[in-house]
Amino acid sequence: MKFMFLAMLAALFMTSFASAQATSVQEVLQSQRELIEKSSRRTIGPAIDAISESGLPQMQTVLEAWQSKNMWQRKEDGLFFLGAKNEDGTYALSDFEDGAAVGDFEKKALKQLKPNSGIRAMIATALVQFQLSDPDPRKRAEALSSISRDPEAALLAPLRASIDGEKHTVIKARKVRLERLMTMAYDENITARVAAIDEMAGDLGVDFRATLNPILTTTAVFSEADETPDANIARELIPGDEALSRVAAYDRLVAAELAPTLITKDMRDAALEANIDGGRVGSWPVAQLSTEGARDEAYDALVAEGLADPRVTEDDVSESLAAYRFYEAYTEPSVDVTTAAKAALAKSEARVAVSQAADLGLDALSLASIYFLAAIGLAITFGVMGVINMAHGEFIMMGAYTGYVVQLFIPNHTASILVAVPLAFAVTFAAGVLLERLVIRWLYHRPLETLLATFGVSIALQQLAKNIFGTQARPLTAPSWLDGAWMINDVVSISYIRIAIFILALIFLALFLFIMKRTRLGLETRAVTQNPRMAASMGINPDRVNMLTFGLGSGIAGIAGVAIGLFAKVTSEMGGDYIVQSFMTVVVGGVGNIWGTLAGAAMIGGFQKGVEWLNPSNTLAAQTYMIIFIIIFIQFRPRGIIALKGRAAGD
Amino acid sequence: MERSFIARNPSVLVFLAILALFTLVVTVFAEGFGVGLISTSFVKTLGKTLCLCLIAVAMDLIWGYAGILSLGHFAFFGLGGYMVGMWLMYERTKQIVESSLSEGILPPTPEEIEAAIGNQIFGVVGSNEFPVIWAFADSFVLQMAFVVLVPGLLALVFGWLAFRSRVTGVYLSILTQAMTLGLSLYLFQNASGLRGNNGLSGLQNLPGVTAPQSVVSLWFFWASALALGVGYLLVAWVVSGKFGSVIRGIRDNEARVRFLGYSVESYKLAVFTLTACIAGIAGALYYPQAGIINPAEVAPIASIYLAVWVAIGGRGRLYGAVIGTAFVSLVSSWFTGGQAPNVNLGFYTIKWVDWWLILLGLSFVLVTLYAPKGMGGLVDLITRKKGSDI
Repeated sequence: MKFMFLAMLAALFMTSFASAQATSVQEVLQSQRELIEKSSRRTIGPAIDAISESGLPQMQTVLEAWQSKNMWQRKEDGLFFLGAKNEDGTYALSDFEDGAAVGDFEKKALKQLKPNSGIRAMIATALVQFQLSDPDPRKRAEALSSISRDPEAALLAPLRASIDGEKHTVIKARKVRLERLMTMAYDENITARVAAIDEMAGDLGVDFRATLNPILTTTAVFSEADETPDANIARELIPGDEALSRVAAYDRLVAAELAPTLITKDMRDAALEANIDGGRVGSWPVAQLSTEGARDEAYDALVAEGLADPRVTEDDVSESLAAYRFYEAYTEPSVDVTTAAKAALAKSEARVAVSQAADLGLDALSLASIYFLAAIGLAITFGVMGVINMAHGEFIMMGAYTGYVVQLFIPNHTASILVAVPLAFAVTFAAGVLLERLVIRWLYHRPLETLLATFGVSIALQQLAKNIFGTQARPLTAPSWLDGAWMINDVVSISYIRIAIFILALIFLALFLFIMKRTRLGLETRAVTQNPRMAASMGINPDRVNMLTFGLGSGIAGIAGVAIGLFAKVTSEMGGDYIVQSFMTVVVGGVGNIWGTLAGAAMIGGFQKGVEWLNPSNTLAAQTYMIIFIIIFIQFRPRGIIALKGRAAGD
Repeated sequence: MERSFIARNPSVLVFLAILALFTLVVTVFAEGFGVGLISTSFVKTLGKTLCLCLIAVAMDLIWGYAGILSLGHFAFFGLGGYMVGMWLMYERTKQIVESSLSEGILPPTPEEIEAAIGNQIFGVVGSNEFPVIWAFADSFVLQMAFVVLVPGLLALVFGWLAFRSRVTGVYLSILTQAMTLGLSLYLFQNASGLRGNNGLSGLQNLPGVTAPQSVVSLWFFWASALALGVGYLLVAWVVSGKFGSVIRGIRDNEARVRFLGYSVESYKLAVFTLTACIAGIAGALYYPQAGIINPAEVAPIASIYLAVWVAIGGRGRLYGAVIGTAFVSLVSSWFTGGQAPNVNLGFYTIKWVDWWLILLGLSFVLVTLYAPKGMGGLVDLITRKKGSDI
């Protein structure tokens, strides 16, 4: 009561001073002296308002000093000064008005004003209007950010006042936008709010939608069946609908004491337990109360004796519900505003949906390029040579670890990636050649056994990597210029790293086509693939060609490993994550055709993202459905999207 | 007919005799009844190994005899385990719930018991309602039938789709691998209704059985041995007759068999489904001994190991599959269990826990390259028989 009285008193003071146009800082401060000294969050409001609305330019300094605990009060006369500690422990006071030094004082002659965090936050709000026209553009931008984080009706006027004087075009644009948004939410004039909403309708910004959503918040109301409630009705709810179950509707009536409480099973059982007397509840032995029906009957018996509240039957509930109508009502009282906001939001959401589709498309594209990168090496070894290399995933892993090791030696990330890419190629090329020489060339006519032998190599390599690098994930850090994302608008964005991977995939595609169609190795590879004996009689050494081709495929896997390592964790098991998908990509696309691999990657990536979009919480389900889809797809095109025709198809 | 089948395949009798002797020896020395030289956990390991041998026999039928390298048979194995696990977990939880609810003042109603079981089983995945697939979890007979029917049906549908579109060779291998990957990813979801990555646990406890684990483990050991014996006999009988000749023909030259008028797809589908059913039974016996089943069990790697065991043992002969599986899985658990002595090379100590997989992988490469007949080839050397007996 006392506080309220003080607050009212302060408010009185404030208005009288504001109208009297106080002329000095000290005068204003002294008028609020009691409140400032009291320093309580609940009562300080009027004092801060009086200071900030006095119109004196020095008040920014006062508020800042107060906020940073640099405002001191001289005990002898109660005047406020800006204080700074001297080296000898005394404090140098200066006047707020003109900065003139007042003199040095012992600490005991002074009282420091220590606003608590709540008051400091209020001071910060009051400071915003000064900051909005601060000469430093960074401070102005900060002030705008703080307003948009925590908008208040009181801040609308200072914001508007600061727009005209703004010279910085970017900040001015932000101010104008923020002013529009705050007009929607806080302006006193309904027409102005509706105009602002209509003006921005369809905007994609998150801030726009975040402003509209509170306007459209609803509360539950109900009225008697023959009346209409006095509220801005959003819609009527029928009990039993999805939005309002019968129980929830009835609970509302119970809460308003318009209907008797439902007797829940727990309440019934509690009543039964409370009335057990000598192993019996009324005439029912406790042991027989093991079905719902028996318990209900025993309870009804209790009710008949007046020992419990009667049960509310389904019919009672229906009757009560029929007597009332239930609504959702906007908390915003103005119908015009809510109608405009609803239309504007619908328009925005429609545009957001379009943008999200575009975003999904970009996601799918980037996933497809990852699959393509992982599969392109396989497209050479499996697609062209027909060799199943289960260790392909481990070559990807080897490339990623090469990148990691290079980063240990070269701290500059840009340089290390430039070194890592050729080095990864070299390492995995060598590993591939070694594998071909030692294992695969003995098994060219036993494809199933190649599969098993290379699987043996795969588990050995995986365990070897585990022994060397441990089980925890190793980082492969992207250069800083690949950080961040390209924001097309508030909804559509794509990280630079994914763009880089997409470009890398395109480069690989070009490289593959170039090698296969334009180089001697490509010509010889195609010849050996089609007919090794004929190729051999033409002077081609099939052994050498096979070795180089296999090395090439493995080397590309190594480079893909570096690229994948940039966004995924490098672990000894990372190869396994890609091997099945890679095979799927090649098989679905059509063996022996790089365009098929591209189409396969696009289809699998697109399908997976599509399913994720339908069921965003569950990427596991997306993969499951993808595999089912592939199995069904194989039914219709057993040889893939782009099937080789004629003799090349073999069998 | 039966007489001539055994007469034509003396190795079957030898195998069954060895299996019976082995079972007897283990029983006598086990903790449960005998002198206690073999610990209960080792009895379980042996029992599990017998189950693995059973699925290896199935794998040998489909790969060694029919030439279809399936990399997805652990999906059927896991499904069998899940089917038996559902019943075990339901009944076991029911017992616990009933005894804890009976301590309340009022006797529990059937609805309360059902809700409490649901809460107990599915609490970990944030649900308390029984998914539809648990509708028959309280029926022992039906769940036991599902052990065979569910894997069989999956194999029938998948095989029909795959074989009718003439997916063969490595393509089929990759497709089966995708199937088991898909199943494991599906089971990993909480929404699958089988407790997501928690899997089903506590399966070693038989509901209504008060016998100690040392005895129960022996029961399962006997059941596993019996299943292996019957399975071996069945598969040996299948491959010895005309059916066996046809599937071997398909393995060696599919087109020629088709031109002879056989419906190749039907034969393949029959073998695929039969082996899936055997795998389901093996899984149903395996997981109560393991105590827990989770989706990682049906990950693609498990099925590849199965192929590894069979290849090392020597495919195309049933005892080879059994020998390879028993040898590799027991040696694996010996090495990875940390019991193998470390080798100190002075500058480096080889810890087998770390190096065993490398050894296994490389020896697998060597077996594929230099000993395609696997360990079964050793038998040929001893009996001085040229070629295999298939």
